[in-house]
Parts: sequence; structure tokens; C-alpha cells
Amino acid sequence: MLEPISLDLLMPDLPMLLVSTPAGFPSPAADDMEEPINLADWLVEHPAATYIMRVDGHSMTGAGITHGDLIIVSRAKKPAPGDIVVALVHGDRTLKRLKRREGRYWLVPEAEGYPETIVDEHVEIWGVVVGLARKYG
Amino acid sequence: MSAPVALIDCNNYYVSCERAFDASLTGVPVIVLSNNDGCAIARSAEAKALGIRMGDPVHLIRDKIRAHGIRVLSSNYALYGDMQRRVVAAIEPFARDFEIYSIDETFVDFAGFEHLDLVHHARAMRDQVLQWTTIPTCVGIAPTKTLAKLANAAAKKNPLFDGVADLRDEAIRQWVLDRFAVGDIWGVGSATARKLEAFGISTASQLRDMALKQARGIGTVVLERLIAELRGVPAAAVETVEPQRKGMAVTRSFGTPVTDIDQLMGAVTQYAMRAGEKLRQHGLVAGRMTVFFHTNRHKQDRPQYSASRTLSIQPMSNDGLMLLAYARRGVESAWRDGYGITKAGVMLDDLMEADRRPRTLFEEGSERRDRLMLALDDVNGRFGKFTAVPASQGFKREWRARAGTKSPNYTTRIAEVPAVKAK
Repeated sequence: MLEPISLDLLMPDLPMLLVSTPAGFPSPAADDMEEPINLADWLVEHPAATYIMRVDGHSMTGAGITHGDLIIVSRAKKPAPGDIVVALVHGDRTLKRLKRREGRYWLVPEAEGYPETIVDEHVEIWGVVVGLARKYG
Repeated sequence: MSAPVALIDCNNYYVSCERAFDASLTGVPVIVLSNNDGCAIARSAEAKALGIRMGDPVHLIRDKIRAHGIRVLSSNYALYGDMQRRVVAAIEPFARDFEIYSIDETFVDFAGFEHLDLVHHARAMRDQVLQWTTIPTCVGIAPTKTLAKLANAAAKKNPLFDGVADLRDEAIRQWVLDRFAVGDIWGVGSATARKLEAFGISTASQLRDMALKQARGIGTVVLERLIAELRGVPAAAVETVEPQRKGMAVTRSFGTPVTDIDQLMGAVTQYAMRAGEKLRQHGLVAGRMTVFFHTNRHKQDRPQYSASRTLSIQPMSNDGLMLLAYARRGVESAWRDGYGITKAGVMLDDLMEADRRPRTLFEEGSERRDRLMLALDDVNGRFGKFTAVPASQGFKREWRARAGTKSPNYTTRIAEVPAVKAK
């Protein structure tokens, strides 16, 4: 017969003596110590290939990115259609969504009244936006 | 055959760092000036083609700058230091171990990677650096560091190599060494080169084939070790005697007395860079630096001042920029307004052969990470020194003002990150 057994049996109390406590460092909660949340680590997974930039303008408000926002730009992530990217268009750094239509790539803004740009030899996709940071007040 | 060593060297490093965030600098001649805007310490390929040389004082090339529209930037060490961190991180997965040799050069130990096509491997490493940082590099692969350095120069100079030269191949090595001037070899100074040429030795392959006994007659033990390295035997494996520890100095008198710190810094910058060059030519590192300057002792009717500061260089170094940082610290601490300085100099002592310096790399052990951190801290430390100048004193404010064309700290200050247009 199989019978349900108590969880306590599976996880017996550990004898306290097994936990070594360095003298002069009284921290009964040592095993529960954790680092504080580090937003920078969470936002920037790949520090050596990641750059922070500031958004100037409103052409990506439809994507929830607005003037003054900080964006986290990765050069480790390969750009794919659907990504928001930082691109150099004739040397100008610009923020757009990368889209693929009928075999061509386009840089598409997400607000009314801004032009789309076809990706040709004058366009370089510099990095992929992988995060966003904004402070209020 | 010893384990392959590679040297990965960033092309026109400071200029490449600047171009990473300012596209308007691409394709045009660009120079970066030393910390006090005194002389050119980095040049784009276009600027090199216009005949701008390393260390050219900016006041002597003003006409050229104007005539060719050369873009002139003050140095931004915070940026270069941060970008180096990124470059090294991109290199790391490709190497068993590595040694940061200068801000833009890293030796890479390829031991354990021999089963791979190393040229292919080096290309992948180069691509990774380019992808993560936008910084172009060249790689030289060889059995020894001296040959790796030479391979790197060949990769840079000859487009046939497409950025990666592998001198483990005997035929290619012979071809490169036959065409490599002896004076351009890492560790061969101009005096030694002249002596060698008197013996009819003008190429790297001729030096390699020179009898060791004859070499002993000409140069120091350094030359013998160089020859061993050129033969593919790492110098560490060669028995050596204790190198001489006598110091060297770079000093000069001024035509007209120097009365502001800015000007003095300009001179001392050149001396420190020159001293570093001398050290590298002789394969040495220095552990101590003395910076001195004084007024004309023969004109006792004028206010007299004589100052010197001795600083210990840790870790021992032959990196011009590092030496420059120390020299600058010395001048800053010793400067007094109101005197006409007529002579200044930089002296180095506690000299040691570079590969024998205490903090050597490519050694076994678990301190590798620590050593990397140390090296990075060094960089940050010294660049911090460059940038974190308190603006409390008048001359410093003036000096900062002269760094008028410095780019923003794109990667290290939130307020200065690059803007991206959403317009």
C-alpha cells in the first residue's frame, strides 16, 4: 500500500551544529542573506556589449518610449525583424522599429507624422534595444 | 613547439573609441591630443596618411590641421578605459589566459586551442571585439611574444593578411622576417639597430640567424633573448643573467623660461612618453620615477625654485600613458606659481626586464581573475586620476578649459550618454 507521508519526514531538521558560524560574525541569518536587488544587473545582462543612450524626440511613443528615456542598447543581440533598434542613417543615430516587408528591411517609427526609412547601404543597425529606464519626479 | 601566443592590437585605439559614438569622425582625418592638449598621441589612418606623426606638438601642425580639416580631440581617458574593459571581455572567451600589455594591446595565450584552426579562431575573436565595441583590431599569432608582436605589425601593414597573420607557418614567417626592418622589432632600440646594421644586419631574419656570441658582443642580454624569441624559443625558457638596473632620464632645457604649469605639463608629457618608448625599446619596465624642474641657477637675481618628486610606479610599467599619469601627479604636486622654469626632466630607475616584473602573466594558478581586476583597476585608477581633477585651483580650471574638444563620457556618466534621435 502506498500512503501519503508527511513532508516533515522528507525534510528533517538539520542539526544546528552542521551550520558553522565564524567567530566574531554573529549572523544567525547568514544562510538567508541575499544581495539587494540590483536593477542595473537586471537591465544590463551583457555589460561588455551594452550601451546606454538617451532618447531625444517622440517618434517611438507608440512603443512606449518617450523623450528623455534611457534605453539599454545591446550589440550582443542579433537584430531581428520586430526589434526596436538604434540605427545610423547617413551617420545620424536614430531609434526605430526594424520591420521586414516583401523581402526588404525598413526602419519604422511608432508615432504619427514621422517618415519610414528603407535599410540600404546608408543604414547601419548599431544595436538592439533590450531595456528601458525612466525616473519620475 | 611552444604554445601559440597571439597579440591582439586595437587599430588607432583612441580614435576608434571616439568614432564608436561620433559617426561624423568616420572617414575623416582625426587626431587625439595628450592630456594637456600638447601633442598628437593618436591618429586615424587618414591623419597618418597626411604625415602627422606620433607625438607631433600641436602648435607645429596647426597649418596642416587647418589645411586638411583634421578633427582634433582632447583625450578622454574615462572612455578609453571603459572601452578597454569591453575589449578585454570580448577577448576572454577565446583565450586560456591573457596579459593586458597596454591600453590597446593584449597578449592572448592560445594553449589548448591548437586543435582549432587558429586563424579562424583569431578572426572570430576579432569579430567579437568589433561586434561588441565597434573597435577594429589586428591579430598576430606566433610561438613567442616577440614574433607575435612582429606578426601583428605585419597583419596591420599588409592587407593580404586580412587582419590576422599566423607566423607559426615557417614559409610565412620567413617571408615576413625577410621584409621586417631590424629597427622596427619590439625591443630593438635605434642605437642597437645602428650597431647591427654596421654588421650588415638589417632585417629580422638576419638578426634571427646571427650568432649568439656575436650578439653578446653588440647588445645586452636583451638582444640575445630577442634572437631566441625570433627563433621561436620563448625568452622565459632562456637562461638569463640579472639585467642592469641603472636608470634613464629624459631632460631638456627650455629656450625661454616656462611660467605656467600648462606649458610645463606639455614638456613633461613628451618626456614621459619618450621615456616609455625608451623602456619598451629595451624591453624594460620601471619601478620608480622622479620628475624634476628648476629655475636658472645662474641667474640668482631671479626668484629661485627647484622641485623634484619621486613616485613609485606600481605595478612596474613601461606604458607611456601610465608613466604620464605619474609624471603629471608629480608636476601637479610640485608646481608653484611665480617662477620661470628653465629645465625639466623625467628620470626612471628601478628598472627591470619586462618579462621579469613581479606581476607576470601566463602563469598557472587561480589568481588570474585577481590579476585581471588589478589590471583593470590600474586603468581605472590612472584614468580616474586624469579626470578627477578638483577644480578648486585656478590653474586647474584653466587647464580643464583647454581640454575643450574632449568628447562626453559616453559610457561612464548617465548625464553624458549618447543621444539617439526619435524624430
